[in-house]
Amino acid sequence: MSIKLVNVNYIYSPKTAYEKKALTNVSLEIQDGEFIGLIGHTGSGKSTLIQHLNGLMKATSGHIYYNGNDIYAPKYNMRELRSKVGLVFQYPEHQLFETTIIEDVKFGPRNLGLSEEEIEKRAREALLQVGLTPDLWEASPFELSGGQKRRVAIAGVLAMQPEVLVLDEPTAGLDPKGRDEILGEIEKLHKERGITVILVSHSMEDVAEYVDRIIVMNHSKVFADGTPKEVFSKYKELEEIGLAAPQVTYVMHELHDKGIPVDVNATTVAEAKESILAWAKANHYINQTKDKVEV
Amino acid sequence: MGNKMSFIESRNLVHEYKRHDENGNIEQVNRAVDDVSISVEQGDFVAILGHNGSGKSTFAKHLNSILLPTEGTVWVNGMETRDEDHLWDIRQTAGMVFQNPDNQIIASVIEEDVGFGPENLGVPTEEIWHRVETALKAVGMYEYRTHSPNKLSGGQKQRIAIAGIMAMKPKCIILDEPTAMLDPNGRKEVISTVRKLNKEENVTIILITHYMDEVINADHVYVMDHGKVVMEGTPRTIFKEVETLKKYRLDVPQVTELAYELRKQGMKLPEVVLTKEELVNALTKLEKAEN
Amino acid sequence: MIRDITIGQYYPVDSVIHRLDPRVKLLGTLLYIVSLFLFDSFAGYLLVALFLGGVILSSKVPIRFIVKGLKAIVFLLLFTVAFNVFFTTGDHVIGKWWIFTLTWEGLRLGAFMGLRIILLILGSSLMTFTTTPKGLTDGLETGLHPLNKIKVPVHEIAMMMSIALRFIPILLEETDKIMKAQTARGADFETGNFIKKAKALIPIFVPLFISAFRRASDLAMAMEARCYSGGANRTKMKPLIYRKRDYIGYGVLVCYIGAFVVLNILVPWF
Repeated sequence: MSIKLVNVNYIYSPKTAYEKKALTNVSLEIQDGEFIGLIGHTGSGKSTLIQHLNGLMKATSGHIYYNGNDIYAPKYNMRELRSKVGLVFQYPEHQLFETTIIEDVKFGPRNLGLSEEEIEKRAREALLQVGLTPDLWEASPFELSGGQKRRVAIAGVLAMQPEVLVLDEPTAGLDPKGRDEILGEIEKLHKERGITVILVSHSMEDVAEYVDRIIVMNHSKVFADGTPKEVFSKYKELEEIGLAAPQVTYVMHELHDKGIPVDVNATTVAEAKESILAWAKANHYINQTKDKVEV
Repeated sequence: MGNKMSFIESRNLVHEYKRHDENGNIEQVNRAVDDVSISVEQGDFVAILGHNGSGKSTFAKHLNSILLPTEGTVWVNGMETRDEDHLWDIRQTAGMVFQNPDNQIIASVIEEDVGFGPENLGVPTEEIWHRVETALKAVGMYEYRTHSPNKLSGGQKQRIAIAGIMAMKPKCIILDEPTAMLDPNGRKEVISTVRKLNKEENVTIILITHYMDEVINADHVYVMDHGKVVMEGTPRTIFKEVETLKKYRLDVPQVTELAYELRKQGMKLPEVVLTKEELVNALTKLEKAEN
Repeated sequence: MIRDITIGQYYPVDSVIHRLDPRVKLLGTLLYIVSLFLFDSFAGYLLVALFLGGVILSSKVPIRFIVKGLKAIVFLLLFTVAFNVFFTTGDHVIGKWWIFTLTWEGLRLGAFMGLRIILLILGSSLMTFTTTPKGLTDGLETGLHPLNKIKVPVHEIAMMMSIALRFIPILLEETDKIMKAQTARGADFETGNFIKKAKALIPIFVPLFISAFRRASDLAMAMEARCYSGGANRTKMKPLIYRKRDYIGYGVLVCYIGAFVVLNILVPWF
């Protein structure tokens, strides 16, 4: 199972003064069960790309295959594709409209024409998956805090039981704890239910922490595609296109340049810590007899 | 009140939101700001940190009379915010930039938007043009003066909003989560603009945020939780308390966390590290442990 | 799709029409509309079209862009034309189908009405293409200032209009976004009968209204924070002052109307 894009191009307002290329020859394959980070500065084509994955936007040229089937084939069931590739937009809480939380979550499965029992079951499951307990379900979504509203909106997409979950900056505007909680829940969905996740993010730190593969977009093209280590090793090129690597990657490179043999591929705090500690121990910068010192 | 009053001062400020039921009876009282006393000197760069719902925005809205205290008092440049005679003086002294860049730009052409404040103050036409030019240059947006705000990036829109306040010649700018809706480049633009205004124009800055890397250069930091000020000090003293900050739903920059973790493992690093240069420096100057 | 609507937008280029005092343009638009309704002969419309064409050319707004504005009213246009073509009675019957009668008079009237709507939209949208919303409302505010004496809140009305114009593109974009988001949740806006279609709009309108109210309250706060307290004691960054070109503009308008009057008197088929 996979999503495959072959030479996808998208042009806004073709043949007018406002003509703008949003996707240029994008070819990609997204395998089942991957956790992908999609990065790129504003206007690089990320949002256009993800809207192609569920058929909301149609490529000007090129092909997209979902599980081997051409989604632009005449009789292709676009609505089914939209339920299989769940797309959570930026600030999804702005799309809530029902009087109660659970009713709002039922909107998606109801549109799929399922039985009332199945709708109810899916809504309950989805709400539990995002950590919203039953005591909240009958409340109005507009009474919740920002982070909780966002959870309701994500549950609304999860209730369609997508095979692929695409999230456009799900942590925008949340405080640090709220951000960690949402990302933690997404990771859990990926691990426990095997959902393919595509995470659009501006935070290199978050991407390095959670994903297995990073796709970098720049000026409507795929600029880089690889593991976090591969992509962040090109941190100088990333800077040239207005992006950056996680802060710790810079620390490791600078230490390495100063002759300290640490692992320049470390992209998370945990990895950096391990590598620096190994060096410190080998060179007796740590009192070996006493492992921990009171801080 | 024996001691001298600061430029901006809040004393035992309380703000309650009351929810009424259908009959108009008070159903629920929510204390959003609870006994907050802070003081800010002119020219300071002060940051107020706190998670979503900690009361930091409600507090900020008291500093230019958008909200009035339920209890306690706020003074801005010696004027009490409750005093209606000084309402416009207060708002002109302490300007405010809000979170959503789209919802605070009033005009459809940038220079006209920047001129909106001075127009309201009754500034003569020629002087408005002069102020608009100066303000747009101060935020580095002068070449966009005839553009429409709709095509700008979020960071640029916020700089226009800042210029709109600067054109009122304020002594202080309060920024209520100005970067929450921006991407990293937009955040950098806004923060460096604000720092520049603080340094070069001596504008007092009060920055409300939950992004920790934005407050590293502040003179003073307050941390709020449940409507109260729970921590207070320089960034260095605040960022030392990694675990406490996490308890308040906040975090620290990656290098600070890395240094903290390494120190916990017994490495002899400074008590707090704020930048990557500091960390690299400290690690290269390590001395071998005894025995 | 929804973003294609160009009516009411400002097209930022520098031209003599852009620089004209908005009061001249407002009066011009008014006279232009009056002329459309008063002089309803094809010859008259030729003159109208020539005048409009001249103004469009000197406005430097691309014709493509102006014509795009018509897209939004295609339905209204087709409906009006069809209605006039098939329901006008006349002596010169061309053909008959069921309840429809096609007459020569109907064809003429249909073509005429279509032309009138097109000229009306093109002319009035040129006003907004060449005048910033601020200029437009300033022009209205100054032009209607005398109404202040009979307690019409002219400044407030003008301010409301300018804010509405500023937020139209933002709300259109937001509608687009909400529609896409609900489509991603399987919503269907295209199929079904009228009631089903109307119901399908709830998931769009509720979030849209909530957003509009939030924006309104944010904006009110931002305006207050910038010392806005109504029209009293305000000064203007761009006060309206008549210049030479504006007097020329008025002159052109007088000629335009004059031409109609003279032709109307002198030429019988006009």
